[in-house]
Amino acid sequence: MAAASDSAILTVDGVTVRFPTPEGAITAVEDVSFAVAPGEFLSIIGPSGCGKSTLFNVIGGLLTTHQGTVRVAGEIISGPHQSIGMVFQEESTFPWRTVGDNVAFPLELVGMPKRKRIERARRFIAMVGLAGFENRYPGELSGGMRQRVSLARTLASEPKILLMDEPFAALDEQTRLLLGDKVLQIQQQLQQTTLLITHNITEAVQMSDRILVMTYRPGRVKRIVDIDLPRPRDSEILGSEAFGRYVAQIWNDLREEASRGMKDEESHARDHEASA
Amino acid sequence: MSKPVVRHRFPLVRLGPTATGIVTVGLGLAAAEITIRADWINRFIVPPPSEVAVGIARIVLEEHIGRRFLLTAGECLVAGLMIAVLGVAAGVLIHRFRLLRRATETWVAAWAAAPVVLAYPLFMVIFGRNAWTIIMIGFVAALPPVILKTIEGLSTTRKVLVDVGRSFNLTGAQQFRKILFPAALPTIFVGVRLGLIFALINIVGVEFLINSGGLGQLINDLAERYDLAGTYAAIFFVVLVSVAFFVILERIERWLRPID
Repeated sequence: MAAASDSAILTVDGVTVRFPTPEGAITAVEDVSFAVAPGEFLSIIGPSGCGKSTLFNVIGGLLTTHQGTVRVAGEIISGPHQSIGMVFQEESTFPWRTVGDNVAFPLELVGMPKRKRIERARRFIAMVGLAGFENRYPGELSGGMRQRVSLARTLASEPKILLMDEPFAALDEQTRLLLGDKVLQIQQQLQQTTLLITHNITEAVQMSDRILVMTYRPGRVKRIVDIDLPRPRDSEILGSEAFGRYVAQIWNDLREEASRGMKDEESHARDHEASA
Repeated sequence: MSKPVVRHRFPLVRLGPTATGIVTVGLGLAAAEITIRADWINRFIVPPPSEVAVGIARIVLEEHIGRRFLLTAGECLVAGLMIAVLGVAAGVLIHRFRLLRRATETWVAAWAAAPVVLAYPLFMVIFGRNAWTIIMIGFVAALPPVILKTIEGLSTTRKVLVDVGRSFNLTGAQQFRKILFPAALPTIFVGVRLGLIFALINIVGVEFLINSGGLGQLINDLAERYDLAGTYAAIFFVVLVSVAFFVILERIERWLRPID
């Protein structure tokens, strides 16, 4: 599913981000442009240090010192936007709130009456498979369950675009696969436009309509790959031949960038050792 | 997937820490009793716990301990309320304004080490020889830990929680009320606990020094009579004030933030 700019719900146009450092400005992201169509699942993949998380913060409106524009349904955004719901890599549930109160948080902010928001929160808690845990606190849940609470909290705000930054990075492989299935199921059920930032090729191929491959620093768009696998999908697709071909193709693109990143880190470490 | 935490529903498991605490104190007292009776420790410096126990009963009957206990506890309560309200407010203010923080944080830390109790003549000139002198010394001595811990709690709130608030477009006031303050609450409570300890020490110290008020004055009287068992018994009631405040604070903390 290729997104034409005019019908896109999200358009990123010429985004460049530079950070000042004592050794001079570092360009983290350079001239990144792409568009996402309504209901599309786009993954952004790249090696460590390619500016994926910087891009996440720019699109989410948390980082505003950038060149270029981010548009949501044609509107240029200059800060956090109600149409974009963010799921963070780090565990981000509120430990002092129950699961129910965590998920109801965005509804509370818009002044929804308590009874109605509890009812609405229950729907999203059930959607992420945590029905029955409404009165538990995050401290009583596992890492995967807590990440599902964060996802439900973001979904409860009914964003037009779901923006996720490596939400399963801290989880073990099996939990990651099962949660991937859950996200796919929800995405298909809600026809939710989703942008996933990841460094995991399998995860990206399993879920996406398109994958944007980024170069190592400065992060540029290296290639956009259309994933033509049948939907609905789940983790069973991992065994298919076509799946394997996509993984190999994307790894081919990424290998060179990942090697460049590794060499760069080694050279920095050597410089640091020499100057110490 | 890590294993979910399971809450123990068996009373025996829940009471384990309390029971262990009581047994540990009991063993300590038994050890003291044995070593004092065996003359390893001079009983004219440390009386045996059994004599202190008799002293407790005696001072309850003869020294109006209830009234004195309530007086010291009341002074501590007023000082505690003042540090909780004004100390936390000062901490929030200093955290909010970077310039104010950079200008004052070191001074507040230095103030924590100041022997405020020695300034009691100044406080007596300002407030007179009454409970307000005692309360104000307790309050002034107890402020720094509350201010410092409030600043620490607010500034160590995990960035991702603040980012969640920003992603939901929270206003500054909402960000404080719904994220920063609840996240900082456990650290703020550590500050209030430390503050109450500082307040109680100073309150009893000033009562002792100016020979006015509750338990501190009683300790002074009994010490001057060289009634060591009575003195230790009165100290026991000071500990009781501290325990009472800790229990109340713990309840309030659990009510505000049921689980971490």
